Amino acid sequence: MPKYYLEDFSTDWTAEYGPRRVTREEIISFAAQFDPQPMHLDEEAARHTMLGGLGASGWHTCCIMMKMIADGLLLDTASMGAPGIDEVKWLKPIRPGDSLTVRGSVTAVRASQSKPDRGFVTFLWEVFNDRGEKAMTLLCPQMVQRRRPGAAA
Amino acid sequence: MKYFDDINVGDRIALGTHTFTAEDIKAFARQYDPQPFHMDETAAAQSHFGALCASGWHTIAAWMNLRVQYGKREDAERAARGEVIARLGPSPGFRELKWIKPVYVGDTISYASEVVEKRVTRSRPGWGIIFAKNTGTNQKGELVMSFIGSGFVERRPGAA
Repeated sequence: MPKYYLEDFSTDWTAEYGPRRVTREEIISFAAQFDPQPMHLDEEAARHTMLGGLGASGWHTCCIMMKMIADGLLLDTASMGAPGIDEVKWLKPIRPGDSLTVRGSVTAVRASQSKPDRGFVTFLWEVFNDRGEKAMTLLCPQMVQRRRPGAAA
Repeated sequence: MKYFDDINVGDRIALGTHTFTAEDIKAFARQYDPQPFHMDETAAAQSHFGALCASGWHTIAAWMNLRVQYGKREDAERAARGEVIARLGPSPGFRELKWIKPVYVGDTISYASEVVEKRVTRSRPGWGIIFAKNTGTNQKGELVMSFIGSGFVERRPGAA
């Protein structure tokens, strides 16, 4: 049974997950499968790109973050998935050996106007590396069931 | 890749298709998005999706792979014609990502990309940013996802 429903989130909500270390092998493995560009695949080739060295695909960073918030929160939440992502900013490359921490906050909570059993929690997720640099931000509405369908949210 | 200066708003490319199998959907979900409706047929049948469906990140990762493969074919053709290949930089981000319909087992998604905006940047002389609306459409002709991606593209030498 889920622990968290729509009613459990407010703009006071915050959380932190991690650290999660990212290895060279997984950066290259993800890139080989989904984003086979030299800057994500090969140290020497990456040195001559704008990244200045091997860096994870931004989609890999999104996926690592997804797993961290799934394990940390969503699997215990009556989550119905996300209808989309408002905005993602890739601010710093993720390097082999970086340890990532995800900090979450809530910018808005609202009940669905058409479906009385659910609502939307808008999360701002920020990914930091172990040098304290913000590497990525992601703003995302998450669809969450209400504990008491139809009651005032 | 063409130079930034040779890319125009409205340029559209078809990237190819990807078919999602149950094995691929579950393998991706185990690694990156282990929610029950992406992991298990029975749990998915009881969810609001009604059947096993791919993680939205999986739908987009398949787009990224096809976009890179398209770029490699284009660069090979340019090289064969003796044309210069412009460098492609990383992406500063994306916006307005919409997962419109679930992608179910056996669905074949056709991906496309259309340039919607181009912008020169003061902070990176010699480079511009191209914004493209990327879409995925299933075999029934339904739009399943769209987003506006961006990426640095090298400018023609002397253009800036």
